[in-house]
Amino acid sequence: MKKSPVYLSKLNVYALLISAFFLIVSCSDDDENPVAVDEEEVITTMNVTLNVSGGTTITLQSQDLDGDGPNAPEISVSGSLSANTTYNGVIELLNETETPAEDITEEVAEEDEEHQFFFSTGGAIIEAQYADEDGNGNPVGIEFTLTTGDAGNGTLQITLRHEPKKPNDGTLADAGGETDIAQSFPLFVE
Amino acid sequence: MRFFLVLLVAFISANQLLGQNCNSILLGEVVDFHDNTPLVNATINITGENLNATSDTSGKFRFELLCDGVIELEISHPDCKSQFVTMTIEGDTYQKIRLEHHLEELEEVKVIGDIKNNTNSSQEEKLSIQDIEKYSGNSLGDALKSITGVSSLNTGANIVKPVIQGLNGSRVLILNNNVRMQDMEWGEEHAPNIDINSNQNISVIKGAAALEYGGDAIGGVIVLDPLPIVRADSLFGKTQLNLFSNGRGGNITTTLVKSFDTGLYIKGQGSFKRLGDLETPNYLLSNTGLQENGISINIGKRDFIQGWEGYYSFFDSDIGILRASHIGNIDDLITSINSQQPNIINDFSYDIIRPNQEVSHHLAKLNYYRRFEGLGKLSLQYDFQNNRRLEYDVRVGDDAAKPSLDLRLTTHTFSSTFQLDSYEGLEVKIGTLGRFQSNFANPDTGVRRLIPDYDKFELGLFTLAEYDLGESLKLDAGVRYDFTQVDAKKFYRTSRWEERNYDQEFGNLVIDDLGTQLLVNPVFEYHNISAMAGFQYALKHDQILRFNYAFAQRAPNPSELFSDGLHHSAARIELGDLRIKSESSSKISASFERNGDKWGFALAPYFNAINDFILLEPNSVEFTIRGAFPVWAYRQTDAQLIGIDVSLYNNWTSHIRTDHQFSWVRGTDVSQDIPLINIPAANMNNSISYSNASWKDLTITLESQYVFEQERFPPNITVFSPQQQQDVALDINTPPPAYHLLALDMTTQFSLIKKNDLSVGLRATNLMNTDYRDYLNRLRYFVDDLGRNISLRLIYNY
Repeated sequence: MKKSPVYLSKLNVYALLISAFFLIVSCSDDDENPVAVDEEEVITTMNVTLNVSGGTTITLQSQDLDGDGPNAPEISVSGSLSANTTYNGVIELLNETETPAEDITEEVAEEDEEHQFFFSTGGAIIEAQYADEDGNGNPVGIEFTLTTGDAGNGTLQITLRHEPKKPNDGTLADAGGETDIAQSFPLFVE
Repeated sequence: MRFFLVLLVAFISANQLLGQNCNSILLGEVVDFHDNTPLVNATINITGENLNATSDTSGKFRFELLCDGVIELEISHPDCKSQFVTMTIEGDTYQKIRLEHHLEELEEVKVIGDIKNNTNSSQEEKLSIQDIEKYSGNSLGDALKSITGVSSLNTGANIVKPVIQGLNGSRVLILNNNVRMQDMEWGEEHAPNIDINSNQNISVIKGAAALEYGGDAIGGVIVLDPLPIVRADSLFGKTQLNLFSNGRGGNITTTLVKSFDTGLYIKGQGSFKRLGDLETPNYLLSNTGLQENGISINIGKRDFIQGWEGYYSFFDSDIGILRASHIGNIDDLITSINSQQPNIINDFSYDIIRPNQEVSHHLAKLNYYRRFEGLGKLSLQYDFQNNRRLEYDVRVGDDAAKPSLDLRLTTHTFSSTFQLDSYEGLEVKIGTLGRFQSNFANPDTGVRRLIPDYDKFELGLFTLAEYDLGESLKLDAGVRYDFTQVDAKKFYRTSRWEERNYDQEFGNLVIDDLGTQLLVNPVFEYHNISAMAGFQYALKHDQILRFNYAFAQRAPNPSELFSDGLHHSAARIELGDLRIKSESSSKISASFERNGDKWGFALAPYFNAINDFILLEPNSVEFTIRGAFPVWAYRQTDAQLIGIDVSLYNNWTSHIRTDHQFSWVRGTDVSQDIPLINIPAANMNNSISYSNASWKDLTITLESQYVFEQERFPPNITVFSPQQQQDVALDINTPPPAYHLLALDMTTQFSLIKKNDLSVGLRATNLMNTDYRDYLNRLRYFVDDLGRNISLRLIYNY
C-alpha cells in the first residue's frame, strides 16, 4: 500500500531530473565558434644583415612560421663571407603571422634596458662586438660588428634574452633572463 | 555507543479533552521502521509520571489506568538514545511506535570513530583528527601522505597532487561533501582546490571499488565529509592557528556549529593562509609564496524520515611558482639539471610575482533525502561547480599583466540514489547521474589555447549490493555504466594537424580553414563499464580479511585528447592525441589486518593490470626560433602495477608506542618492457611516541621517513643542444638519490574553561636540515626540497 507512492515519486523525480538536464543542455548549447588566437609578440623571423663597404651584403635568416608547431625554423645564409673582414651587422625581428609583418625590433629597441643579444662565435669567425648601447650605457646588440679570420667554416650563434641581468659579463650564464631567440648559423668564410 | 533516535509519529490532532476519565488503557507496539519486526526490551516511560513498561517478545507493551489527555512517552532501547513521542489518550488507545533499528543508517548522529567504511571489501584508510590537525597548515596532499600507499606528485611544496598506489590525476577522484570535484585535475601542476580544514572526516579508498562515486577511479577515491553534527541544542566552535618558520607565515581556521534539537543545523568555516618564500637548507626559493582563502557553509535539517542540506564552499589560491623554474628552452633545462643552484635567488619576500597561478573554485550543493517505510531511502542531489584557473608567465611589454592561460570550467550534476535496506542483511543501492560540463578558454590571453573550449555530457547508472552472510562474512558487488560525450571546438596549427596525420583520419572534423590554423569540431563518445565484487571476513582475535576485484574504465580527459602547444611554465611542448580511447583497469587487492588494543597490523598487496594505460612522457625534441623544447606526448600502452602496503603498530608500555609503515609499487609498461614514469619510490616511515596523560596529555613523537631511490625509470632522451652544437643526453627521467628525514612532534592539552579545550603543538620537519630532492617533485631539476620547518599550532575548542 505504501509502495505505489514511492515509485510514483521516484518517477516524478526522474522526470524532473531529465527535464532539468535538457533545460541546462538547451540553454548552454550555443553554436558560436570560438575566436582564433593570433599570438602577439611572436617572433617568427630573424634577419641579420652583414655589410661591408665595397663588399657583398650577406643576409642570414631564421624563419619559423608555425611557432611552437612541429616545423623547425628554416635557416638560410645568402653567401660566403670574406676572410679577415669586419662586417657591420644589424638584426631585424619580425612577426610574419600578421600581414603586414610586425617589426618586433622596434619593441626591443624601446625596451632596450630589458633586452640583450648575446653572440657566440666559432671556427673561422673570430669575434662579434656590440655597436650600440641602452640608456644606461650597457650593450644591446641590435647593431654589432663581426670579424672573420682566415678561410674556413665557422658558426655564429645569436641569443636574445629578455630581463637579463644588466650589466653582465657577456655570458648567458651570468645574464640569466628568458630566451626569446636562440639560433645558430653555419657560415663559410673564403 | 550512544545513538540518537529520530522518530516520526503521525500526530493525532488534539481533540478537545473529554471529562477526566482515568480508566483508559494504552496498548502499544514497538516495531522496526524498515520491516515492521517487533523490537524487544524497549523501555517506555510516561514522562512526569513514574510509570514504566518494557516491550515483550512481540514488541508489545501496556499501560493501564491512564487519564485521558495528552501524554508524552519516552522510549529507549539498549542501542538507542531516548526518544520522545507526544500522543493523546482518548479511552482505550492503541499506538504503534516505529523505531529505527538500522543504527548504521543514522550517519547524522554517529560518534567519531564509528563511521562506516565506504566499501566492505576494498582497501580503505582514514585520517585521524590528530593527523588532520597536524597538517592543518599544509595541503590536503601532504596530510594524505600519512596514509600508507599514498604519495604525492608535487610542483614545489605548495602544489601537491595525491597519488594513490602509484596513480594520480584523473584516476584519483575527490569527493568533497558528496560532490565530485571538477577542478581540472588533468594537469600535473593542478592541485586539488580544497581547504583541508573544511572537512574533518577524510578517508581514502585505494582502487575503483566505490562505484557509487564514479566508475573511473582507477587510482582511488578520496572522500571528504564534515563530521556528523549532533542533534541537540548546542553551539560550539574550534579555532586553529599554525605558524611556520619556513615561509615565515601561517594560517588560521575557524569552525562554528550551531545545532538545534529539531535537527536543524548551520555550520560555518573559514580559513586564511599566507606564506612567503620557502627555503631549502642552503638557499631561498624565490617566488614560492602562497595565499589561500577558504570559506564554507553547511545548512540543513536532518530527520529520520527526511532531511535536506545546502552547502557552499569557496576556495581561492594564489600560488607563486619558483622563479628559477621558468626557463626558456632546452639549453636552459640542461644548464639547470647540471647546476646545483637555481640561477635566480632574490631576497625573502611575501610578494607573489610571475610566474604564478590564481585558481578559484565555487561549489554549491543541494540535497534531499526521504525514507520510505519498509523500503529504503531516496537521495537527490544537484551540485554546481565553477573552477577558474589563471596561469601567469613571465611576459613582457603590453602582455606582462595578462595571464597565459585562462580557463573557466563550469559543471552541473544531478544525481539520485535509492537505497533499499528493508531486508535484514541485504542492502541494495541503485543510482543515476547526469552531468553537464562546459569549458571556456579565454582567447584574450593572446596565447594559443592549451585546452580547447568543450562541452561534456555524462550519464551514469549503477547498482551495488551488500550482503551479510552470517556474522562474520560480508559480500559486496556492483556494476556501473557511464556514457561520456565530449564536444570540443579546437584550433590546430595546420602544420601540427598534418604532422600528427590527423588530416588522414579526422579530415571530416575540420569546420573552418584559416590558412595557418584549422578549426575542428571533434565529438567523441565513450561507453564505459565498471564492476566490482569482494568480501570481508572477520576472523578471531580482531583479524579481518578482505578481498576485492574491481574492473574500471576511464574515458580520456581533455588534456589527454587535446593538449597541444608549448607549456611556457614547464618549458615543454605537450601533445595530446585524438586517437586516445578509454583505459581499462583490472585490479585485485586483498588485505589482512588486525586492529587490537595493544598491537595491530595491515598487509595489503595489490595487482593492477591496465589496458590502454594513458601516460605522458618525454619522447623527442622540437626546434623553434626560441631554441629546442622537449616534447611530452601522451600515448597508450598496456601497464601493470604491483605493490604492497604494510603497516604495524605496537604499544610497548602504556606510554610508549611505535608505528611502522612501508609501501612499495612497481609499474611496468608491458608492451615495451620499460618501467613506467613517475612511479613513487619505495618508502618507509617509522615513529616512536611517548605519551603521558598525567602530564597535560603530553605526547612526543619522533618520526623517521626513508625514501628509497627509484631505480626503475624510463630511458632518458638524447637532444641536440644548439648552444653546445652537439647531441647531449638529457637526464630528464633520472631520479634523485634516496633520502632520510626526521621530524619531531610534541602536543599537550590545557584546560582553560572546559577540560582539555586548548591543545598546543610544536613540530619540526626535516629536523636535520637535510638536502634532498624527490623524484615526484617536478621542480627537482631546479632546486632542492624544503629545509627545516618549525611550526607551532594552537587549537582551541569552545
